[in-house]
Amino acid sequence: MRHIISILIENEAGALSRVVGLFSARAYNIESLTVAPTEDKSLSRITIVAIGTDQIIEQIVKQLNKLIDVVKLLDLSDGPHIEREMVLVKVKAVTMGQREDIKRLADIFRGHVIDVTTSSYTIELTGSGRKVDSFIEALAEHKILETVRSGVSGIARGDKILHV
Amino acid sequence: MELSGGEILIHSLKDEGVEFIFGYPGGAVLHIYDAIYRQDNVKHILVRHEQAATHAADGYARATGKPGVVLVTSGPGATNAVTGIATAYLDSIPMVVITGQVPSAVIGSDAFQEVDAVGITRPCVKHNFLVKDVNKIAETIKKAFYVATTGRPGPVVVDIPKDITDPDIKVPYNYPDKITMRSYQPTVKGHSGQIKRAVDLLLNAKKPMIYSGGGVVLGNASEELRTFVRQLGYPITTTLMGLGSYPASDEQFLGMLGMHGTYESNMAMHACDVLIAIGARFDDRVTGKIAEFCPDAKIIHIDIDPSSISKTIMVDIPIVGDVATVLQEMNHIIATGSKQPQKKDIDAWWGVINGWRAKKCMSYDKNSDKIKPQAAIEIVHELTNGNAYVTSDVGQHQMWAAQYYGFEKPNRWINSGGLGTMGFGLPAAMGVQLAYPDETVVCVTGEGSIQMCIQELSTCLQYGLPIKIIALNNRYLGMVRQWQEFFYKERYSHSYMESLPDFVKLTEAYGHVGIRIEEPADLRAGLEKAFSMKDRLVFVDIVTDQTENVYPMIAAGMAHNEMHLSPHCDLPQDPERELS
Repeated sequence: MRHIISILIENEAGALSRVVGLFSARAYNIESLTVAPTEDKSLSRITIVAIGTDQIIEQIVKQLNKLIDVVKLLDLSDGPHIEREMVLVKVKAVTMGQREDIKRLADIFRGHVIDVTTSSYTIELTGSGRKVDSFIEALAEHKILETVRSGVSGIARGDKILHV
Repeated sequence: MELSGGEILIHSLKDEGVEFIFGYPGGAVLHIYDAIYRQDNVKHILVRHEQAATHAADGYARATGKPGVVLVTSGPGATNAVTGIATAYLDSIPMVVITGQVPSAVIGSDAFQEVDAVGITRPCVKHNFLVKDVNKIAETIKKAFYVATTGRPGPVVVDIPKDITDPDIKVPYNYPDKITMRSYQPTVKGHSGQIKRAVDLLLNAKKPMIYSGGGVVLGNASEELRTFVRQLGYPITTTLMGLGSYPASDEQFLGMLGMHGTYESNMAMHACDVLIAIGARFDDRVTGKIAEFCPDAKIIHIDIDPSSISKTIMVDIPIVGDVATVLQEMNHIIATGSKQPQKKDIDAWWGVINGWRAKKCMSYDKNSDKIKPQAAIEIVHELTNGNAYVTSDVGQHQMWAAQYYGFEKPNRWINSGGLGTMGFGLPAAMGVQLAYPDETVVCVTGEGSIQMCIQELSTCLQYGLPIKIIALNNRYLGMVRQWQEFFYKERYSHSYMESLPDFVKLTEAYGHVGIRIEEPADLRAGLEKAFSMKDRLVFVDIVTDQTENVYPMIAAGMAHNEMHLSPHCDLPQDPERELS
């Protein structure tokens, strides 16, 4: 199962490496990881997408909680939540046919063309990890020059919050 | 009071109640050593290798329950300490290790004696800190001790760049009385509902088994455990780390369990219907084959570390909390409740267990013309009235000490259980002897292990530590040899020790007494002589039977009812499969 784990961690030097080190030391799989400070400068929020059986995910959550720098965490997959990921894709777009098709695909997926040259389009698109996957798949007929994914961020729906 | 960083560090240690620092000086910690020189509150013990500093602090911590303190320099000082830090980490031993670091301005420039100590130690510490401001030293030290000693204990590293201890920079000193950390608040009290459910399950059990571990020793819960076991009248086994948490001579004690556990313990584990694990972590040396671990049992698990619960073995009733607190609550419920254990079933269960016991799995050849290592340990037990602090190294001698010494009290058995660190025994014994100068401290070792930290004989002379080193010398790396005999068709690859030193002369060269014992007839007299020299370190080099094996043995990955047994016990030696 794919789980989205949100972590509030002390914004200290080396805190991120404790999280990453834990995953490699215990052979857990990370699909994506994002990190940035929160409105409270003393805290960073990390979002990890991890894949594993229920037992492995339970261990991941417990081991993360055990890290001294981790203040709080939440497995977003336990309840209704929203996930978003941003992708920047640079695609070869030379002929009129290519350019029209790529623009149409971007529109269908509600992406934006944010940079244009005579030979390429760069598209920005936001959505769930699955939507991003689908968009990249939809571009299969075209030559993708570069893909930059931000990794997943997530937040619980409704009143549920992850806050200190 | 205005002090320099080095002075603040030492004052903080004093205010934390630290008696000893085990350490070794070097460039990055010279300011700190100067502060040590100018005070006499905290005593510094100079070892001969940083690994020994960590093991000595570790031994001190295991014997006293107080955190051990280490001070080493940057670079090689820190890397040499890593083995000892990992040893403490795997056995959850409270320790604070201060590592010097190159000056802040040159961190990251591959400066002389620079390593990323925080990075290198991260996977083998409970937590670590890099101090970047002299004003933060006292607070960081307070946090380090708080983290090391609370919850599930463990080693904490504090890395201090040289400029932070500069004697010319003085700042006000205040050691905080207490500290709170929003990100670290260990659970102490167990969930009452879970505790009630657990007691109920226990009292309904027909074939119960109590399995206790190092957490009982660390959590200072031996008294509570004794009350618990005696109230219930159930059988108890302990892990290697739990030896002494329940008296070995007690009728309800079945001996150690696991790879080299007793026949009766392992069979009872396999057959039980309710298992309660108390401060134990289902280590692979204990569980054997996971799929066949306690196949018929409902499992209760008390542990202070939530991540220990259902890590390898799924449990039915988890209780997160301090072992002593949880056991007190359980004892109270059992003592005041109307429900009693199922006496008829329990009597029948003891009947089965006593049948297993009758096979005398710990028998060995007592008529051999060679010295049997088991006999040596039994005599050591006798001569020390079972009251010694016994440290060990790692290998066959460690298992024999665990099996044949018979520990009656907690904190007396000091060995590297989790990491299995050869070289641990002698330095650990130094820490114990410093803590308890009037107690008998024995280091059971082998001719392989002792050579991994033998330089510490010099430290022992400097501080007058009258440790009794009992070396079971079989000229083999015995445990390796045993596995090669069993699993590699006797291809003894690099397990034979050639060119051994003359340990008697070596010990004498270090200024101590050496005794060599070669004949079974001389064993008792030789050991008596060694123990009669109360104020001297004595190295007893005992030439033992080369091919003796540790029995019983469950091969790695096998189930509890698949034991190799000694040819000398009242059983055929084929693996047993008595229970269908």
